[in-house]
Amino acid sequence: MASLTLDRPAPPPAQRRDPRRTRRLLSAALLYTVLVVAAAAIMLPFFWMVVSSLKNNNQIFTVPVQWLPDPAVWQNYLDIWDKSEMSRWLRTTLLLSITVTLLQLFTGSFAAYGFAKMRFPGRDVLFLAYIGTIAVPWQAYMIPQFILMTRLGLSNTLWAMVALQAFGAFGVFLMKQFYESIPEELSEAARIDGLSEYAIWWRIVLPLSGPALATLALLTFVNTWNDYLGPLIYLRNPDIWTIQIGLRSLVSQYNAEYALIMTGSVLSVLPIAIIFLLGQRYFVQGIATSGLKG
Amino acid sequence: MATLDVTASAPAPVPATVTPKAPRRERAPGSRLRRRNTLIGWTFILPNFIGFATLTLVPVVILLYLGFTSWNAFGAATFTGTDNFERLVRDTTFHTALKNTIYFAVMHIPLTLGASLGLALLLNRKMRGMAFFRTVAFFPYITSIVAIAVVWNMLFSPEAGVINQMLMAIGIDDPPGWTTSTTWAMPAIVIVATWRDMGYYMLLFLAGLQAIPSELYEAARVDGASAVQRFRNVTLPSLRPTTFFVTVMLTIASFKIFDLILVMTNGGPGTSTLVLSQYIYRKGFVENDFGYASAIAVVLFVICLGVTVLQFLANKRRDA
Repeated sequence: MASLTLDRPAPPPAQRRDPRRTRRLLSAALLYTVLVVAAAAIMLPFFWMVVSSLKNNNQIFTVPVQWLPDPAVWQNYLDIWDKSEMSRWLRTTLLLSITVTLLQLFTGSFAAYGFAKMRFPGRDVLFLAYIGTIAVPWQAYMIPQFILMTRLGLSNTLWAMVALQAFGAFGVFLMKQFYESIPEELSEAARIDGLSEYAIWWRIVLPLSGPALATLALLTFVNTWNDYLGPLIYLRNPDIWTIQIGLRSLVSQYNAEYALIMTGSVLSVLPIAIIFLLGQRYFVQGIATSGLKG
Repeated sequence: MATLDVTASAPAPVPATVTPKAPRRERAPGSRLRRRNTLIGWTFILPNFIGFATLTLVPVVILLYLGFTSWNAFGAATFTGTDNFERLVRDTTFHTALKNTIYFAVMHIPLTLGASLGLALLLNRKMRGMAFFRTVAFFPYITSIVAIAVVWNMLFSPEAGVINQMLMAIGIDDPPGWTTSTTWAMPAIVIVATWRDMGYYMLLFLAGLQAIPSELYEAARVDGASAVQRFRNVTLPSLRPTTFFVTVMLTIASFKIFDLILVMTNGGPGTSTLVLSQYIYRKGFVENDFGYASAIAVVLFVICLGVTVLQFLANKRRDA
């Protein structure tokens, strides 16, 4: 913003020659103002979260609002490790998210190859079943699923969470969309060269699907990391709680220690924020391409 | 298909003289190949399908049976016919949950649709910094529900919360009690849900906007169409498939709202924010009334299915 207004006095000669330029500059300035205000509004809760995690409890609810901590209390970030099982929750969730992501990448891309590049009877009906279940809310079938899981002896284990997330229909769908954009001639040529279908998947199609794999990996990781209802139902044992369940228990246990709760919230969001910033290109691309062809 | 083509075309140039024999010789390896292809195809799908079938497909089928049983998770489920559904008709808490769910959807769908389309239009420009603003808009969507629910609860705090202090600063003397008030709790949740979801749908709209050929706009401009006319006659019609898809996704998402409400209000105050999926959870996992909970789930299932089918039909008719 500031730099825009500073820029304006510079090109007066051009301005006199082209009045449209001024108008364009003005509308750009207006647009950026709107965008900056909107962005600030959207980010306000996060800003407030971080700021509050650096306050002490009585600085958080003050009239008028105290926008910056004075002094910044870094102690919260030390205390939280002693007052909660934060490190264990984070470790469990990280382990879980990585396992699920790897499995989802493997089973999803493997199945997608079958759907996209192979032709056999029943394929399209089967794929329809996959698509169909994407539209069914999980809450509708979580009860029979829970019963099945219990019968399989998986309830109250982390395996339940792995099983729940690793075979999603969404991954198959996303990868299939991408594979279909890979020209058929490529696999064709490989087949003539005598490569098996598995080799084509592994040596040709998979290396070409970097962006799609990255998208799926990011989405799966984020979903697993943020999942609340799944762990709430399946993980009754506090030893295997994930960060979301842990954070929730922290909230009810220390319900007046707002600063500590905010510290926990920051810690639960931070890994996702980092991953997001590293891979946001893929997020945007992946959702834009996969989300549309429903 | 591709593999079949290769083998089918390979013997073709040779036979000319052996035409009567050719079809048989071709068909035999062809059908074996097809069987082999089917087998290979299945091996690709199987690792995912086993998990998918046991954990998604089968449960969906079982659900439809469980809704007609009485079952408390111990012992066997007894078939009780339509008992559960008759109970639903009389269950006032269920009525409240259904009404609240619809209330949420009716507010959340248009708001999110408008906000995400607005953001997409705003951000569909090749200007410096657009990537940054898109990132900002999308960020809430990927952050944990528990964390944002807790933060927003603090922001919504009636006396010293940031939101009410801002409202008072702009001259609203009697700001709402938000999550502590039976009338304002649901709007508060809608605000948070819209804030969280709009970035995701914005991306879908952006993809749709970028698929519109620029010639259309140029042609409209040559015809002297104003910005508003271009929006109404070029942008909106071209976006229709995207809008349709977004509406379907948004509707399903609205009907299954759960986590946010559970953490923000736990259905309260009273039952003012109790929604269907939460009632399913409560009946099933808190009260162990699995049969009845399944019946509610069947209702949710049917609603989502019905709304989707309706939207498809409506869309088809508009296209015709």
